[in-house]
Amino acid sequence: MDNPGRFEAVIGLEVHAQLATASKIFCGCRVEFGAPPNSLTCPVCQGLPGALPVLNKRAVEFAVRLVLATGGTVNQRSVFARKNYFYPDLPKGYQISQYEAPLGIGGRLKIPSTSEDVNKVVRLKRVHLEEDAGKSLHPETGEYQTRIDLNRCGTPLIEIVTEPEIRTPREAYEYLVMLKQILQYLEICTGDMEKGHLRCDANISVKPADSSEFGTRTELKNLNSFRWVERALAYEIDRQTQTIVAGRKVEQMTLLWNEKKQIAEPMRSKEESHDYRYFPEPDLVNLVIDDVWLAKLKSNLPELPEQKAARFVKQFQIPEYDAGVLTSSRGLADYYETVMRNYTDGKTASNWVMTEIMRVLNEEKSDIESFRLKPEATAELLNLIKDGTVSGKIAKEIFAEMLATGKSASEILSAKGLTQISDSTLINEIIERVLTQDRENLKKYLSGKTQIFGHFVGAVMKETKGKANPALVNKLLKEKLDALAR
Amino acid sequence: MIKEYHNLTAREIAAGVKSRKFRAVEICRTALEKAFSAGKNLNAFITVTAELAQRQAEAIDARVISGEPVGPLAGVPVALKDNICLTGYPTTCASHILDGFTPPYDATCARRLCNAGAVIIGKTNMDEFAMGSSNENSYYGPCANPIREDLVPGGSSGGSAATVAARIAPLAYGSETGGSVRQPASFCGLCGLKPTYGGISRYGLVAFASSMDQIGPLARNTEDLALAYQTVCGRDEHDSTSVAFEHPDYLNLTSVERKFRFGLPMEFLGEGVDRDVKQNIETAIEQLRKRGHEIINISLPHSPLAIAVYYVIADAEASSNLARFDGVRYGLREEAEELEEMYRRTRSQGFGAEVKRRIMLGTYVLSAGYYDAYYYKAQQVRELIRRDFEQAFQKVDLLITPTAPTVAFSRGDKVSDPLAMYLSDIFTAPANLAGIPALSAPCGFTSEKLPVGLQFIGPPFGEAMLFQASYALEMILKENAVL
Repeated sequence: MDNPGRFEAVIGLEVHAQLATASKIFCGCRVEFGAPPNSLTCPVCQGLPGALPVLNKRAVEFAVRLVLATGGTVNQRSVFARKNYFYPDLPKGYQISQYEAPLGIGGRLKIPSTSEDVNKVVRLKRVHLEEDAGKSLHPETGEYQTRIDLNRCGTPLIEIVTEPEIRTPREAYEYLVMLKQILQYLEICTGDMEKGHLRCDANISVKPADSSEFGTRTELKNLNSFRWVERALAYEIDRQTQTIVAGRKVEQMTLLWNEKKQIAEPMRSKEESHDYRYFPEPDLVNLVIDDVWLAKLKSNLPELPEQKAARFVKQFQIPEYDAGVLTSSRGLADYYETVMRNYTDGKTASNWVMTEIMRVLNEEKSDIESFRLKPEATAELLNLIKDGTVSGKIAKEIFAEMLATGKSASEILSAKGLTQISDSTLINEIIERVLTQDRENLKKYLSGKTQIFGHFVGAVMKETKGKANPALVNKLLKEKLDALAR
Repeated sequence: MIKEYHNLTAREIAAGVKSRKFRAVEICRTALEKAFSAGKNLNAFITVTAELAQRQAEAIDARVISGEPVGPLAGVPVALKDNICLTGYPTTCASHILDGFTPPYDATCARRLCNAGAVIIGKTNMDEFAMGSSNENSYYGPCANPIREDLVPGGSSGGSAATVAARIAPLAYGSETGGSVRQPASFCGLCGLKPTYGGISRYGLVAFASSMDQIGPLARNTEDLALAYQTVCGRDEHDSTSVAFEHPDYLNLTSVERKFRFGLPMEFLGEGVDRDVKQNIETAIEQLRKRGHEIINISLPHSPLAIAVYYVIADAEASSNLARFDGVRYGLREEAEELEEMYRRTRSQGFGAEVKRRIMLGTYVLSAGYYDAYYYKAQQVRELIRRDFEQAFQKVDLLITPTAPTVAFSRGDKVSDPLAMYLSDIFTAPANLAGIPALSAPCGFTSEKLPVGLQFIGPPFGEAMLFQASYALEMILKENAVL
């Protein structure tokens, strides 16, 4: 690429988020991951002849939450449409979706500043409701080459489409992080990409930076993680730019990201040339959300990240920075708040969560939702520090032990005799012993070399194997030395 | 065998079973014998559900004997068109493509009938996927008209009409998309109702064109027809388009003397209507006028566009509704190496010519670049047609038209000319487009002794008026010894 600065990318994302409803969008079947194939189906989601869809109200409410939370307009009369195409795991031969009159229009999502743009806002084009299809399984053994599992059929989804105004792979990544955060805050989607609860496709084109005309776009699919999205976009920007620089034309096509090879491979053209023949779904009446229902949904909207952070600052007396970190995910905020239900010092708790717990999560590459220690257990540990039963140092050892064994702090404490020594008489005895054994240094101290005070503290702590309450050791040692100096 | 079965109405059978004048199993045996004899000759049934019928009849008798309450159709033999799902028996839609398909669930209509004490004797022949007006498009062969076997019974609910006309059962249910109950009712000298859209649940009715499909009953007289409708109508939570509505007892209303103001749409009695048909309609109108009913001429200016609009919309919806028959999960599968080839073979083998014609038409009118010119425009005209009716019903109670432009025609007459066949629906399709109720009642006979049907069209949920008007006409014909 001779001059990469001359080109600019235009990116639009389409995210499918699985709504966390108990039942499917058009029938009463349960939504569950990993159940035996076809065990969660009925005539409706199997698409049997004569079966009809009935809309799940809860799915509508979940979708409306996102539209409201992103400041979009709820279309109070939206229309379902059929998207027609043949595929073995699409039992009706069409997917019920929304087309001309989607549930939500507009809205925006603020993303954290990247090097390219501070305070970037990504505008949403539309949010609509639709049903998921089943799955085709291709077992390597057995009589059939392909098997169909319809359990996922009829799982409620929302499709969230951005305006084509994302400019860099980094922005795309940040947008996805923020979208996931808000979906979790609204309690409408788990955000679990591994289970396919969040799926992303990207449309991308490049154009000369000074041109207002968009280039030919391609569509990227098979983007199974936020990182893959970022990498695939970077790859595709590069490819398109090089194509243009070489004087060739970018072809409109769909590409599948191959993470192993780190390249995007074109899909067979046969698979992408669809005319979906959308038309209004005659089996469903128009979806009408009247003023009363809408007002109720507005007033029941859960607390959003910014509001929660402000509340944390006020309620728990923590710095804005801490509140920002703690509310970065709904799970972390909930964790912290539960700790604080059983503990009083906000700052100590936030330090502990932000350093100890987040360190472990980073090391283990896991998330707070699957973290082994319940917030109540963490609170118990913090309380032991607070009332002087254990020192900070010991607490960290106990913490490690809790993680390893799953036992509670107090259990470990009593089993190991790790209780902090806060007995003044006992500590005084040890101080006496230490000073007697180290007359040389005592002499130095008494002759004015008071900077070696820490040496005695260390010696006492060593004697007690670190179990002495350090504050108490400091206090008693100072008193003793002062008395000797007199 | 119950000798008088031939002449018993549904009401009489139910009353007789309740009063233990007849045993339901005897009635059932009689009906089944007829289904296996006359029914077989006419080719009226695709499946006779003898075992189920016997079981249901026995259960009714047991209830009667033990003094338990029984429903309004206690022991009444009923036939269902073979596009209405019934657990455990094949539902074929008279199509090869549904070979071997047995639904694991009941249509709401079937369920309500069973709960009302009806005895389901069989699944009737029809045009494949309800596409046709003569019952000649059936994979299981044509059904004959009991009045004269070289004639068609009409369609697509030909088997249901033949069953009632041959007196195998006093009641049968068909389905309507553009006239498929009313036209066969007219061809077989019966009463047939197309309810208001949303009047009867569509759950379990295999879809042809979802925005127009309605199950409708056929009977030999108005009273039975009203009973048949009353038993199954009303809101169903499994069908989002079904409607909760209040209605009077349709059976009481049949006997109320009421003077109607009828509208006569000029567009429906012009060219293309057989002279005999026209004459019979005019005579009936004259009789109604004599009894104090008022008749005024009105206009439905957009009705000449109805048939074109109907075939665009119905076929568009059908092309989508029939996509599920792909050989993947149930029904016919023609194996092939590649998926697309399997689809192609299965659908080529499985669908008949008329169904394929409509799928192609429907696919075309929904395609990118054609949608606005066909489907979208058709929807706009549909709205104009609906408004025509709305305006008409501000002036009159009900409309009167011929049900069909002809009487029953000979088998083979129109099979090679689809457009001529499509014109059979010319007077019936507008009500389906507008979602309003309409009833076909016998009004006389041609010189060849073939029945002529007269259609009453009503405003939304105006079924009570339709039954009253039909009953009034029936009384006139009885007095005049026409019936």
